[in-house]
Amino acid sequence: MDNLLAIAVGAIFVNNFVLFRFLGLCPFFGVSKKTSSALGMGFAVIFVMTCASAITWPIYTYLLIPFEIEFMRTVTFILVIATFVQLIEMVIRKYRSSLYKALGIYLPLITTNCAVMGVALLNVEEGYSLIGSVVDGFSAGIGFTLALLLMSGIRERLELADVPKSFENLPIAFISAALLALAFMAFSGMRL
Amino acid sequence: MKLDELTKGLFKYNPIFYLLLGLCPLLAVSTRVDNALGMSLAVLFVLVGSNVIISLLRQWIPPEVRIPCFIVVIASFVTIVDLFMYGYAPDLHERLGIYVPLIVVNCIILGRAEAFASKKSVSHSLLDGIGMGIGFMLGIVAIASVREVLSTGAMTIFGYTVIPGLTQTPAMVMLLPPGAFFTIAIIMALINYTTIRRARRR
Repeated sequence: MDNLLAIAVGAIFVNNFVLFRFLGLCPFFGVSKKTSSALGMGFAVIFVMTCASAITWPIYTYLLIPFEIEFMRTVTFILVIATFVQLIEMVIRKYRSSLYKALGIYLPLITTNCAVMGVALLNVEEGYSLIGSVVDGFSAGIGFTLALLLMSGIRERLELADVPKSFENLPIAFISAALLALAFMAFSGMRL
Repeated sequence: MKLDELTKGLFKYNPIFYLLLGLCPLLAVSTRVDNALGMSLAVLFVLVGSNVIISLLRQWIPPEVRIPCFIVVIASFVTIVDLFMYGYAPDLHERLGIYVPLIVVNCIILGRAEAFASKKSVSHSLLDGIGMGIGFMLGIVAIASVREVLSTGAMTIFGYTVIPGLTQTPAMVMLLPPGAFFTIAIIMALINYTTIRRARRR
């Protein structure tokens, strides 16, 4: 049995997806200019990562392993994730238009978000059970949202700051990310 | 002019510093020059292969389902690289870890398929793939050399010592995630600085 608390704390703080594993960097720099859009993106990612973990685990365990085609996991996972995101988008658009307005524009971006693919691959590599995988996916999404929210708060402040001309926009964002990552290093070595 | 398709990826439209694509593998595997070279060769192969195949198939792929088609082509090439590396360079495969299968979601590759290979001829797409792949290699090797020299005080590429030990007390932080963010920030600021100065002189 997996230690669920250890998985959760590990995915949120110790091995934070953005600041430690460098997964999902494109939205991290692309959608972190405003706190409100960062929150929308964060919720969409939490949802998709949790579901992607729940879907890819049975496919790998009950389909790829019995037929001994584990080498097909890259192709299978990416197709499953892309189809799933597309499906979610259609369902939300039809039945929950208010939710679609809040999350809709972020959903297509998530297909090529390496964090989603990364969590599916990591679950398989770490050999988690189904519940472990779902917890891992959910907490990895929380970790991503946490980093994104912190970053957007910093960038809203940076708008008003007097930054040297060469460092304007992205370079100063990268420096802030470095300092955030440095702060998150304090969690490393934490064991539950 | 055909040669333009090759050279534009190197500096003018460098996928890393100009287009800001493919950040995840860039920062994750740039701890050593070895890893960076291995990663960029893998990306180069997938990029050239998928560009050529997608360009060949561009008349038969219906526009509504083009993205899934591109993804299948790219994922097949990634699987080839993954298995090849596992067979012939198991050490490198071990060190790159999940970042090899993650080439499939590298935005450079899907980006070039969508923006270029699905519209242009095979020869142009081949040159574009080679140019963008080498542009990615230049960027990642630049970052990896800074990080390796600062974090170990030396540089060894595939067992050969290129730079001998410079210091007994290297800056370990450059090996860790913050070092990756610092390095790319400084390089981008330097690029901005030279662009601003050049513009001012004119």
